[in-house]
Amino acid sequence: MGAKYFGASVRRREDPRYLRGEGRFVDDIKLPGMLHAAFVRSPYAHARITAIRTEPARALPGVAHVYTFADLERWMKPLPLFGAIPPGLSARVAVTMRQVGQLAMCRDEVRHVGEIVAMVLAGSRALAEDAAERVQVDYEPLPVLADVIAAAQPDAPVLYPEWGDNIALSFRTGFGDAEAGLREAHVRVRERFTIPRYVGMPIETRGVIAQWDPRDGTLTSWNGTQVVHFVQQGLVAALGLPPHKIRVIAPDVGGGFGTKANGYPEDLLIPAAAIASRRPVKWIEDRREHMMGSAHARAQVHDIEIGARRDGTMLAVRDRIWVDLGAYNSWGIVLPYNTVAHLLGPHRVPSLDVECLGVVTTKTPNAPYRGAGRPETVFAMDRIVDRLARALGMDPADLRRRNYLTEADMPYELHIPYRDGNPLVYDSGDFRAGLEAALAAVDYPALRAEQARLREQGIHRGIGISGYVEGTAIGPYEGATVRLDPSGHAVVATGACCQGQGHETSFAQIAADALGIPLEWVTVVGGDTAAIPFGVGTFASRSAVNAGSSIHEASGRVRDKIVAAAAALLEASPADIEVSDGAVSVRGAPGSATPLAAVIRAATPTFARPGVTELDFEATVYHHQPTVTYTSAVHVAVVDVDTGTGAVTLRRYLVAHDCGKIINPVIVEGQIHGGVAQGVGGGLLEEMVYDEQAQLLTGTFMDYLVPTAMELPDIETVHLEYPSPRNPLGMKGIGEGGAISPPAAIANAVEDALASFGAKVTRTPLGPSVVLGLLGES
Amino acid sequence: MKPAPFEYAAPRSLDEAVGALAGGGGDAKVLAGGQSLIPMLALRLARPTLLVDINRLPGLDGIREASGMLEIGALVRQRALERWAVSRSPLFAEVLRHVAHPPIRNRGTVVGNVVHADPASELPAVLLCLEGVVVARGPRGERMIPADRFYRAPLTTALGPDELATAVRFTLPPAGAGWGFAEVSRRHGDFALVGAVAVLARDGNGTLGPARLAFFGAGGTPVRATAAEQALTGQAPTPERIREAARAAAAGLSPDGDIHATAAYRRRVAATLAERTLTAALGRCGGPR
Amino acid sequence: MTHSIRVTVNGQEHARAVEPRQTLADFLREDLDLTGTHVGCEHGVCGACTVLLDDEPVRACLMLAVQADGHRITTIEGVAPADGGLHPIQEAFWARHGLQCGYCTPGIVMSTCAFLRERPQPSREEIREMLAGHLCRCTGYHFIVEAIEAAARALAPPPPRRP
Repeated sequence: MGAKYFGASVRRREDPRYLRGEGRFVDDIKLPGMLHAAFVRSPYAHARITAIRTEPARALPGVAHVYTFADLERWMKPLPLFGAIPPGLSARVAVTMRQVGQLAMCRDEVRHVGEIVAMVLAGSRALAEDAAERVQVDYEPLPVLADVIAAAQPDAPVLYPEWGDNIALSFRTGFGDAEAGLREAHVRVRERFTIPRYVGMPIETRGVIAQWDPRDGTLTSWNGTQVVHFVQQGLVAALGLPPHKIRVIAPDVGGGFGTKANGYPEDLLIPAAAIASRRPVKWIEDRREHMMGSAHARAQVHDIEIGARRDGTMLAVRDRIWVDLGAYNSWGIVLPYNTVAHLLGPHRVPSLDVECLGVVTTKTPNAPYRGAGRPETVFAMDRIVDRLARALGMDPADLRRRNYLTEADMPYELHIPYRDGNPLVYDSGDFRAGLEAALAAVDYPALRAEQARLREQGIHRGIGISGYVEGTAIGPYEGATVRLDPSGHAVVATGACCQGQGHETSFAQIAADALGIPLEWVTVVGGDTAAIPFGVGTFASRSAVNAGSSIHEASGRVRDKIVAAAAALLEASPADIEVSDGAVSVRGAPGSATPLAAVIRAATPTFARPGVTELDFEATVYHHQPTVTYTSAVHVAVVDVDTGTGAVTLRRYLVAHDCGKIINPVIVEGQIHGGVAQGVGGGLLEEMVYDEQAQLLTGTFMDYLVPTAMELPDIETVHLEYPSPRNPLGMKGIGEGGAISPPAAIANAVEDALASFGAKVTRTPLGPSVVLGLLGES
Repeated sequence: MKPAPFEYAAPRSLDEAVGALAGGGGDAKVLAGGQSLIPMLALRLARPTLLVDINRLPGLDGIREASGMLEIGALVRQRALERWAVSRSPLFAEVLRHVAHPPIRNRGTVVGNVVHADPASELPAVLLCLEGVVVARGPRGERMIPADRFYRAPLTTALGPDELATAVRFTLPPAGAGWGFAEVSRRHGDFALVGAVAVLARDGNGTLGPARLAFFGAGGTPVRATAAEQALTGQAPTPERIREAARAAAAGLSPDGDIHATAAYRRRVAATLAERTLTAALGRCGGPR
Repeated sequence: MTHSIRVTVNGQEHARAVEPRQTLADFLREDLDLTGTHVGCEHGVCGACTVLLDDEPVRACLMLAVQADGHRITTIEGVAPADGGLHPIQEAFWARHGLQCGYCTPGIVMSTCAFLRERPQPSREEIREMLAGHLCRCTGYHFIVEAIEAAARALAPPPPRRP
């Protein structure tokens, strides 16, 4: 296979429509007779519903229906749960887990602010909102759980009485003898670090439209989701229809970041309302609903301790982790175990002892967001590594140099299983090389010299380093069907869903190369359950490897069929057939070039003759990916801190990374930039803030602060390439990576800048008020 | 997130507008740029029964500079003042680039910002610092409300429910005066956590003429630091004296805490910014205003 | 009660009756089917709905449709030339990977149109300050800044010929 497109920065094929305003997002779809939904949402964090009066809302002109739990009860099965413990994991780690599925509409109890209590359908969204205000709900407030540590205490009020406490998940794992490692260590440091709630916050909110066709009993739902097949499965369970009667389509989706990979009440409520009302129903989440109703993320506390020899050699890490799950443990093992599996990252540490608690609170449920446990765990680890460097009197770069794994260590096994139950074995990479590349690119010695010079002028500059290793491309599979049309153009259908990552381009690059046709001949279809029956979806940096490998393999099979037909047509040996640029030819026979369309025509039966081969230029492959590929990176942040105001200015940000073989370099770079921006948000600006009554205080974009172009510098990138042996094209996932290290790198830089004050950074975001507080009363 | 229903009137004369406001019985709101009002409508935090849109009123879109006063009509967009200021007032140019973002400033009016009375907004503090007045028109005619009697509480002013602010007037700093402006915000264009604006002039003897200093984001209203101003006026401007005046000014503030900054932070940083703005103003004395 | 309005959008005049509470953004999207103007927050922060009102960028969510009576509006659908090509700004965003999901893009393109008219040779810092009125969650802005620089170069008049 010639790689004509793979590895090239091909311009994105989806861009012209977006640039002309011709994208088609859920909110752009209009159906005849469509009703608009608005929800009545709980103003309480935890309360019993004692009465709901819908009559005043029903009485409003233009209102079609008002539904409560009782009205839709036949469809109100608990929402799907994720994160079951795979056998390979349960064999090695004893996990206690409890999961209760959320009801799409509250029956008699609300467990977080924003949970849905009733639904109004009306002729316009404005009318639906007018009516929703008139629904009267009587609540009897119940005890709230606003703080994760307090909620984990034995005397805390209990959210699910049948559990007896609020611990939805607990396990302890590790390897080696951490107790002995810490005992033998010359230096031990310990700290409690808090990673706040911050979230994906796509600029397009969620949205669902559903249409029920009573003639053939089919339901079509347009949903701005990252996981059409999961949404379909949820609807199958709730509606009792076979999957082929339920078509879920994710049209153009305006960013996802994991937020849209969650299962949501509205995924079911809007289809149920369409069936109940026999009208198409549309719901577009508004930004306020998004703040309280779409999944939150991060929200962890780590009590971490590290021990090392005097020369900096790390001996042991011990960590106790609290994950604030919010009101429902919908994601099971995923976030807690991701956190644990990625704690040590690029470091060689001979022993680990970690205990992890997943705790329910009366807040919006926690779900994976770009990094999913990794930014949190990297924050704890890289902060404690910097503390260790300080305690040892070592430069933090030197301490990492001493402990980072190299290519000679690969494959490297961490002696705990990965989240998929398979052994946690780094497949390839050289983390120390990544570190050196990053340090060289920023000219680390010069940065340190400049820092000292500026300090004399009263300017507090800080340099922060953070490194991670990330299991990407989690399986178990994704699929693709590749088929040619009569002209030899190809349609690639995959279960991967795109939210801006450029699938229509990257996947076409893979297919065009493997088929031997021009890129322009490939149409990629994702996010449609009617296009392919089985699928997982796009999250966890998984689509390039899982869907990309499927497309590569399926395209190869279609090419074999082309070759067979061409060999028959041209009376040559299949081994001598070349396919390139949409034409076939016999090797060494110029003039034999035949357009692909002619080959397909030859395979098409006529009255006079059968086809030269079967008329079949289609193949489906479900690529099995038993375990992950390991992406890695080192980030360097340079900040200035204004000690008069606490304002932090991010001066420079550099990423040196390895994601294996790259399909489209400019798309990869864009993924890194975007991830970094979200990580910088977590480091400096973003937090979902609750008060002690578990009331959400960040209800708008004026309170929840997404970084703008003024808070971000240019982002420098250095590419390293260590192909993964775990898929045919040597790829690794890159979607999340950029977001993992910035909070740690920035926190390390701020503490470095303020070292002379003895400032101790233990949480983000590092807004000016927090930073000034670190300086004490000086 | 759609506004609750309301009636809409677009009067063509001032009298008609004032009449419509009076007829609204306190539940009418003036719509000018709408950049603060419309979000509150969308969030249903404001629920007027009537919006009186003054955008069609004639004669309110002028910027006039005369005899040391700068008068700005009620329909002058912030962007228009910003463009005017580029060549004429570095102070206003600097202040306005901190007011939200260009698409907001293209609609948002100077007068609307001043009368919205967000305590963390820049222009009300500038009005206070420059001893401005608000020109108000009501059923009983026109009156001038000096800035230091205009602000009463967050989003609350001396303007009656049936009164319309038709203009604001700033007293331009005297020739040779210097200015300083500084704020801390979470992001560029956000409301300030705390900020300060200062104007200083030197008299002939190397001492200071009248000094002016005002804070925003430092309490329920913009605050003028009168005592600190007096402590500086007529004195030699040493760094120590400026620092002391800045500290004294900040010590008199009673800011609030919120999710973005504590009250203690605001008080402490008010002192820093006062010192910085006063020092900057001193450095600019003799330069362009 | 509805009000009659007459607006010119992308050069075409429309007469409609609107409810006072309808925003310009909703009017463009629902009444005129111009869905390229995107709604991201409905409270004026994200900038996705930015359109040109008499050639100046404004938030279409912070203006009532009834206020647009008698005005000229340009939306993203009115930017590209009629021949099916792209405007140089759109072309630069494409060439420089200045967009990912495309949701914030129309608003940014509209602001850029006005910005480059007023400031044809902006510095990177000026570009960033203008861009700060728009939230993009995908790109980290870096390639948007580069796209706007490239657009400025593309739109610059050719250097005068030597005699």
